[in-house]
Amino acid sequence: MNEFVLPPIDYAALAPILIMMGAAVIGVLVEAFVPRRLRHPVQLPLALLALLAALTMVVLNADKRVITIGVIAIDGPTLFLQGAILVLAAMALLLVGERAIERGGAFVAQAAITADSPDDRRQAERAGGAGEVYPLVTFAVGGMLIFVSANDLLTMFIALEVFSLPLYLLCALARRRRLLSQEAAMKYFLLGAYASAFFLFGLAMIYGFTAGLGDRAAGVDFATIHAAVTTSTASPVLLFAGMALVAIGLLFKAAAAPFHVWTPDVYQGAPTPVTGFMAACTKVAAFGALLRVFHVAFEGARWDFTPVLGAVAVLTMLVGAVFAVTQTDIKRLLAYSSIANAGYLLVGVLAPGRDGLSGTMFYLVAYGFTVLAAFAVVTLVRDADGEATHLSRWAGLGRRSPLYASVFTFILLAFAGIPLTSGFTSKFAVFGPALAGGQTWLVIAGVLTSMVLAFPYLRVVVMMWLSEPGDSTPTVTVPGGLTSAALVIGVLATLVLGVAPAPLLDLATGAADFVR
Amino acid sequence: MSDFPFLSVLTVAPLVGAVVVALLPRSRPTLAKQVALGWSLLVLALSVVMWVTFQVGGDRFQFRESYPWIPNWGVNFTFAADGIALVMLMLIAVLVPLVILASWHDAESSKRSVPVYFALLLVLECTMIGVFAAADVFLFYVFFEVMLVPMYFLIGSYGGHQRQYAAVKFFLYSLVGGLFMLAAVIGLWVVGGKTFDWVALSQVDISTGAERWLFLGFFIAFAIKAPFFPFHTWLPDAGGAAPAGAAALLVGVLDKVGTFGILRYCLPLFPDAAQWFAPWALALAVIGIIYAALLAVGQNDLKRLVSYTSIAHFGFIGVGIFAFTTQAGTGAVLYMVNHGLATGLLFLVVGMLIARRGSALVSDFGGAGKLVPVLAGVLFFAGLASLALPGTAPFVSEFLVLIGTFTVNKPVAVIATLGIILAAAYVLWMVQRTTQGTLNPALTEIDGMKRDLNLREKVVVAPLIALIVLLGFYPKPVTDVINPAIQATMQDVGRTDPAPSVDTVQEATR
Repeated sequence: MNEFVLPPIDYAALAPILIMMGAAVIGVLVEAFVPRRLRHPVQLPLALLALLAALTMVVLNADKRVITIGVIAIDGPTLFLQGAILVLAAMALLLVGERAIERGGAFVAQAAITADSPDDRRQAERAGGAGEVYPLVTFAVGGMLIFVSANDLLTMFIALEVFSLPLYLLCALARRRRLLSQEAAMKYFLLGAYASAFFLFGLAMIYGFTAGLGDRAAGVDFATIHAAVTTSTASPVLLFAGMALVAIGLLFKAAAAPFHVWTPDVYQGAPTPVTGFMAACTKVAAFGALLRVFHVAFEGARWDFTPVLGAVAVLTMLVGAVFAVTQTDIKRLLAYSSIANAGYLLVGVLAPGRDGLSGTMFYLVAYGFTVLAAFAVVTLVRDADGEATHLSRWAGLGRRSPLYASVFTFILLAFAGIPLTSGFTSKFAVFGPALAGGQTWLVIAGVLTSMVLAFPYLRVVVMMWLSEPGDSTPTVTVPGGLTSAALVIGVLATLVLGVAPAPLLDLATGAADFVR
Repeated sequence: MSDFPFLSVLTVAPLVGAVVVALLPRSRPTLAKQVALGWSLLVLALSVVMWVTFQVGGDRFQFRESYPWIPNWGVNFTFAADGIALVMLMLIAVLVPLVILASWHDAESSKRSVPVYFALLLVLECTMIGVFAAADVFLFYVFFEVMLVPMYFLIGSYGGHQRQYAAVKFFLYSLVGGLFMLAAVIGLWVVGGKTFDWVALSQVDISTGAERWLFLGFFIAFAIKAPFFPFHTWLPDAGGAAPAGAAALLVGVLDKVGTFGILRYCLPLFPDAAQWFAPWALALAVIGIIYAALLAVGQNDLKRLVSYTSIAHFGFIGVGIFAFTTQAGTGAVLYMVNHGLATGLLFLVVGMLIARRGSALVSDFGGAGKLVPVLAGVLFFAGLASLALPGTAPFVSEFLVLIGTFTVNKPVAVIATLGIILAAAYVLWMVQRTTQGTLNPALTEIDGMKRDLNLREKVVVAPLIALIVLLGFYPKPVTDVINPAIQATMQDVGRTDPAPSVDTVQEATR
């Protein structure tokens, strides 16, 4: 009789994940048992504290390189990306927790109550807005932490679901323009479900492919896949099909064309703090998984996937840049810009070796800070009906509130890749290794689309500064402490990573080694 | 004293000044102007000390400083100046205080913050000095791009008609060029073994194909910046819309970054490609001379007219660079300086005229010399300098370019000479229609036209006139500094002068 042996578990290595999941469960309990009035004051510190504790554990684990219980790989990239997700999530949480801009925050507590109705006001006053968002965000962060550390495709799939489901819900929680928000959530959910199905199907095919390996049991952990890819003599049809389907699932989350169509609608419809959270953290998680899958599991098939992924990258950059030009809504514009940035990140994924890996990780962090700051400004520009996102409404903002217009100009210049901002250093960090790795065509496509993309950014700058303010120019609400903190962190990070990127680059370079 | 870190201090000083000026209260515009002027004079004084310290005939690159910046990519804050950079730095230091003085009342008419205008001018000075002082390709690129930002706001916020359109066009054109260069910079970094140091990169052997592509990446950026035909269309718009002071800096200095970049980067780093592309570059330059001059003749807007004359002059500079002889090269660099002085003066004077009339159209003037004789006289002088009349500084440089080119490429020199005739046409006709002839009765009703140059304006134009005349008769101090640098550049390209031309250059410079 076989004795069931418990696999050795490295609890310290798993601590960040466990902390986040535990905090999420506690958050649910708080929602159930703590009086309404106290929920917000309890939930926000709880979530922030959990992020801080998890970050501390990540830092303490800094030198760990293990694969624990066979499915979670704790190595340089994992720790770097987990740290990035935690820091960016903390920033996003500050935006989520902001109550000073609008009473009750950006979230609705009950879908049946219309915004600004007496019921709504009463509720906002008594309850301090919806409290469910905190456990939802915490769950999502926990899922992302697993996603970037998953060492087999099945764990990766579960993590994908764990962080996707809370995101679908979060998208539907907007207090204003609720139909738009619910529509966005529906779209995101349906398309996300398809993508998950693709991923699962691909997983099954990969499993079938690894079964052809004689001396080793079939499996979907990355070591087995790697061995199968390099040594298997079976027909590669299953491998290619599986690889493509898995890639579709991941590229969907990364918002790469042609799997990007959800992005503008969801970015526009979701409550702006959630949009920021998705643009920063989901991107890190999705690209973390892409890096691991393609650098570890499928590394032996580099020659096979590079042209296809390269084409996807070029298409993504093109779609993002060209469609950004025609946008009239700031959130949709930022959505297309985020698609284009996914393209630049793919260039980094395809750049071989440590430099490509560290460059991509650097890009993820730099972009996350900037995009969160951008959405923080979007939450501030409002009128009586909530955020004024139509671009024509931003005309003359530079006169009304020079400070925030300057901040947003700086952010846009960073997106456009002007030197002395993180936008420039991060572009260099991915284009340099890509060119060194012989991917000249990707770099040229990247540079050309950057030129196109500069135009929409510049148009916003022109709107803000060079146009005269009209009657409908909204005012900028003075932000509460939380949003201010997030904004300051984001802008400072954008500046510092542009002027002195060396420390973070060192960190990324030191972390650029997967355990296999 | 030569250990003093001149270049980094010169770069940082205007930035500090800009911060100080920007922080001054909006309600005290005069104080902001005075501080800005004082600060730019300080920079000028430091530059003069640097000029004196520079050892003519010493090392090619002097005042070298280097501090690590991003070690992961081999990026350093490396500053160094050769003769070419030195004269350009001097030009900037001279022009900026004059422009600040000339723009004394420009910002008030725009309803926007006055201190910010002067702060932007100082930021612009910082980036301009940085771009000429950088000896690290990455650092050069950073300044090259960042330079756009203050200029964009100067045009867009403080400009005249169509300022939005002009500002965006300027920014996009330059950014597109800059991104081509970025691709080439990354490429150079990869083939050069991941270093950005200019000296190290100039030793690298690059395969012919890669060299040509990299050359092209840099050249497009510089050709847009300079601008050469057919990349020139942004300049008349930007020059026409910018406030006169900013326009003087735009055409006088900013555009020189293009020609300077070709001399410093395209030629020494990619010598074979430079020779391979030279016929094409010469063709563009010659077309630019003739085409822009013809367009200048037809302009009715004074600032656009001056912008077109500049494009024609940049054609001459381009010819001088790609002729690959020492005297043509020296002529080209000298032209960069003289053009900065002459066109800077022309822009400033035209700006004074426009400010008085409230219109930039040539047809709105006529016989203005009867009302403002001194201003008309200065305009006439600036025009003559611009058409390179013997005795003014541009003549020396134009002559050097033409003889230097004639020794190696007669057709180009002959066609370029036609440009001189056209120059006479556009300058003299413009002067005739604005200040000479019968008095336009409408002018007498405008109060502004009754005031001739005041003391402040005289102080602005006097040093420029003096320099133009001085360098017209005695260019030796400048050519002495330029010559070794040009000789070194020609050595990098691997071209030697044809034997008889050596006497010619000495005669011309003496």
